[in-house]
Amino acid sequence: MNIIKGEWVHICQVDDIPELGSRVIERADGNIAVFRTNGDKVFALLDRCPHKAGPLSQGIVHGESVTCPLHNWQIDLSSGEAKAPDVGCARHFPVKVESGQIFLALP
Amino acid sequence: MKKLKLVVVGNGMAGIRTVEELLAIAPDMYEITIFGNEPHPNYNRILLSPVLAGEQDFKDIVLNPVSWYEEAGIDLRMGCAVSKIDRIKRQVITDDGSCTPYDRLLIATGSTPFILPVPGNKLDGVISYRDIHDTETMIETARIKKNAVVIGGGLLGLEAANGLRLRGMNVTVVHLAEWLLERQLDKTAGKLLQQSLQERGLDFLMGEVTEEIIGNEEGKVSAVRFKSGTTIDADLVVMAVGIRPNTALAEAAGIYCQRGIVVSDALQTYDPRIYAVGECVSHRGVAYGLVAPLFEQAKVCANHLAQMGIGRYLGSFLSTKLKVTGIDLFSAGEFMGKEGSEEIVLSDPASGIYKKLVIKDDQLIGACLYGDTTDGGWYFKLLKEGRKLGELRDHIMFGESNVGDVGVQGQSRANQMQDTDEVCGCNGVCKGTIVKAIKDKGLFTLDDVKKQTKAASSCGSCTGLVEQILLNTVGSSFQETPKTKAICGCTDRNHGEVRKAIREHHLLTHKSTYDFLEWRTPNGCATCRPAINYYLLSTWPHEAIDDPQSRFINERAHANIQKDGTFSVIPQMKGGVTNASELRRIADVADKYAIPMVKVTGGQRIDLLGVKKEDLVHVWSDLGMNSGHAYGKSIRTVKTCVGIEFCRFGTQNSTQMGIDLETMLANMWSPHKVKLAVSGCPRNCAEAGIKDVGVIAVDSGWELYVGGNGGIKTEVAQFLVKVKTAEEVKEYAGAFLQLYREEAYYLDRSVHYIARVGLDYIKAKVVTDHAQRKVLYERLLYSLDGLPDPWAARIKGAQRHEFIPLKVIA
Repeated sequence: MNIIKGEWVHICQVDDIPELGSRVIERADGNIAVFRTNGDKVFALLDRCPHKAGPLSQGIVHGESVTCPLHNWQIDLSSGEAKAPDVGCARHFPVKVESGQIFLALP
Repeated sequence: MKKLKLVVVGNGMAGIRTVEELLAIAPDMYEITIFGNEPHPNYNRILLSPVLAGEQDFKDIVLNPVSWYEEAGIDLRMGCAVSKIDRIKRQVITDDGSCTPYDRLLIATGSTPFILPVPGNKLDGVISYRDIHDTETMIETARIKKNAVVIGGGLLGLEAANGLRLRGMNVTVVHLAEWLLERQLDKTAGKLLQQSLQERGLDFLMGEVTEEIIGNEEGKVSAVRFKSGTTIDADLVVMAVGIRPNTALAEAAGIYCQRGIVVSDALQTYDPRIYAVGECVSHRGVAYGLVAPLFEQAKVCANHLAQMGIGRYLGSFLSTKLKVTGIDLFSAGEFMGKEGSEEIVLSDPASGIYKKLVIKDDQLIGACLYGDTTDGGWYFKLLKEGRKLGELRDHIMFGESNVGDVGVQGQSRANQMQDTDEVCGCNGVCKGTIVKAIKDKGLFTLDDVKKQTKAASSCGSCTGLVEQILLNTVGSSFQETPKTKAICGCTDRNHGEVRKAIREHHLLTHKSTYDFLEWRTPNGCATCRPAINYYLLSTWPHEAIDDPQSRFINERAHANIQKDGTFSVIPQMKGGVTNASELRRIADVADKYAIPMVKVTGGQRIDLLGVKKEDLVHVWSDLGMNSGHAYGKSIRTVKTCVGIEFCRFGTQNSTQMGIDLETMLANMWSPHKVKLAVSGCPRNCAEAGIKDVGVIAVDSGWELYVGGNGGIKTEVAQFLVKVKTAEEVKEYAGAFLQLYREEAYYLDRSVHYIARVGLDYIKAKVVTDHAQRKVLYERLLYSLDGLPDPWAARIKGAQRHEFIPLKVIA
C-alpha cells in the first residue's frame, strides 16, 4: 500500500499483536516494530537496535521497554532511548489507538 | 503528591551510597537535604592512603562532585554540623540554630578515631588519620619536619607510616601487640610484613605502651615517651589505634545505642522514622569499619526508604588487603584456626612468600596470604560459598589456575597483565579500560563493572579475571558478588527461593508468581521472565501453561536468530543418523529458499543458515522432519559413534542407544542446554567426556558420566555409575536429568549444578536410592509425555502471528 506523509494509517487491531509482544511492518526504508505492553499501550520503533542493528521486534517486552535479542540492550519503547549506561536511540514513530484499532503516522 | 522530606546527616561514603541507591529506584519520592561536617563533597576515604603516598590527588578521589548533588536536586550543606535531632518535632538543628524538618532521617555519621588518654594528646602536631584534612596536615608537616611517630600498627597506621616515609620523614611505628596487623595476619605473616616494611625504611617499636606525649614551649609536640622509659623525638604523632562509632548525636536524641547505633536487618533504628548506615551502626552486635559492608547496608536501606519493604541485611564476610604499593597481603575468615581445624602452610621466606589455609570439616574457613595474593579472591569465594573441598583439597594451595583449568587458563593473571591486554574477548575490553572505569566511576562490585565496561557481560568466562582486577584495584573495599544473588533487579529473591515458592505454593502463572513474591516490576524483565517460565513449566508439567512472550526469540520462533536477523534451521537427526531421502529434501529446501549456507554442526547435525523468518514454517513443512531443538535451553543432540554395527572395536550398539535416548528426551526443556553422547568403546569417538551425560560402552555394559562441558570452560564429565543394560542407561540418565531439571537454577549447566550440590548428592539420589531413581525417571517421562513437536504444531497453525508481518508498506 501507499501512504501519505504525516497522515494516520490504519495498521491493525490491538489484538493482532500479542500482549508483551511485537509485530513487524515491512517497509523499504527499514522495518517498523509495533509493540504492545500488558496495559495495551502501543508503541512503534524502527526495528533496528542502535547498538548493532538487532531486530528489536524479536526481543522480550517488559514494562515499557524491550530487550534486544542480540546483546541485551534495553530500549525504552516511548523514546527509543537505550537504558544507561548504554547510549543510543532507536527512531520512534507516532502511534494512536482508537477503539481497539492501531494507527501509525509516518514522517 | 507532595514529596517526603529525607534528611541525611553525614556526607560520607555510606550516606551518599544510600542516596544513590535510593535515587536509582525511587528518584522522585524524596526532597533530600544532606549535612556534612567537612567542607568537601563525598570522596573516597579508602583512597586517602594513595593521596598521602603521592600516588593520587584529592581531585582523583572525589566520588560525587558538587554538580552531582545539583543535578540530583539535593540540598547539600557542606561544612555544616548537625548539633541536635528533635524527634518530637521531627527536625534536625544545626550549629547555627537553623531547623530542617524531616519525614525520614538517615544517620550516617561514621566513626571517630580513638585518641589515647595519655598526657599531651591534645598538643599541636598530634593527629588522627581519618579525613582529607588529616592527610593534608601530614603532607604539609612532611614538607618541613623530619620525625614522625605512628601509634598503632594496624591497617590505617601502616598506610599512614608508609605514606609519611615516602614523603621523606623518619617514621617509627609503635605497636602494642607482638606482631603487626594482629587482627588480620598470623604471626609469621606479620613478621614478614614487618621485615619488608623495615627494608623500606620504617622503624618499629613492638610491644611498647605509650605513656606521654611531650610538648615544647610553643605547645607543639616534640617527643613520645614509653612505659619502658624509651623516648623518641617526634614532630608529628599520628594516632591510629582504632575507631569508635560516632553515636553522640543519636545518643543525645535518645536513640538506642550500644557500641554503635543499634539497627535492625532493615537498617532501621529504634525510632521507625530514623535509619542509620555505615560505621556508626551496630548490626547484630557488629560495627563494621570497612567499606564493603557499608555498601551492602546502603542497598538494603535504600530499598526500605523507597518503601519497597524487601531485602534484609544479614551481616558481611570480610577480607583484608593492605593498600601499600608493592606489599601483597590478604586475609579472611578464621585464619588463626580454631578447635578441630587443620592448616595447610606454604612457606618460602627467601622469596617472601607465605600462605596459610585453614580447613575444618572439609571446608575452607580461613586464609592468610603474604607475598603472593593472586588467589585471594578465589579463596575468599570458596570461603563465602562454604563449598565442600573434596578432591580440591590436594591442589587448593597451588591456586585456581592449577585446578584442572584446561579451558581458560590464568584467572590469576590479573596482576601480571598489561593495560593493553584483552580481558574480555567477547566485547574487546582491555585491562586498562576496566581499571580506569573502576577508578573514575568509583565502582566496587562486579555488576557495576559489567554494566559500565561490558566486560564479563557476555559469555562470562572472564568473570574471575574481572573480579581479580577489581579486587586488585579497590583493595579491601572490594565487594564480593553475593553467593545467593537476586535473580535480577526486579526482585531481591534468588533462584532457590523462587523455585521453592513456586513448588510450595503451587504457583502456576507468571502473574501469580510476581504477585506472591512481590516483584518490583509489573511483568519482570528479559532476565527473570524466561527463568520463571522454565520454573513454572518444570515444576508443574501439564498444568502450567507455556508463555511464548517470556521466551527468548530462539525458543519463541523455534530457530536460532543470527546477527543479521535471519534464522538457522537444524532438523532432528537422532544419533546423527540420516538417509538419502532426508538429504534430498534438505538439498531441495536449500535450493528452493536460496539458503546461503549449509553446514555440518559440532553435534553431528545439518544446519541451514540464513533462513528468513517468514520462510521458517514453509521450510519446516518442506523438510518433513522434526525440530532438532538446536536453539533452546533444551535437549540438543545425542552424538554417537558407529559402534558394534560397523566398527571393529565397538563393544555395544552405541548408535541405537543414542537414538533411543534422543527419542526418550525429545522436546525436553531444561535449565540450560543438554547434550549427550554415546561411544561404542573407550576410544570414545563421540567425545562423551565433555557432555552433560556421556555414555561409554564397555564389553560388560555401559559407563555413565555426568557434568561434562565442552563450551566456555572445558569440564571433564565425572563418573556416575556403570550399568549392564540399555534400559538401565535410560533410567539412570533420565533420573539424573530430571534431578537437574527440578533442582538446577535457570542457566546453570549440569556442571554448575553438580558443583553446587556435590557429586555425592547426585549419586545418593540416582545411584544408591533405587526407589528415588525410579520416581525421578517416572517424573521425567510424565513431564515429557505428549509434548508436541513444535515445528509440526506450527505447520498446523500454532502461533501464526509470530511468522507473518503485519503489513507491507511501500
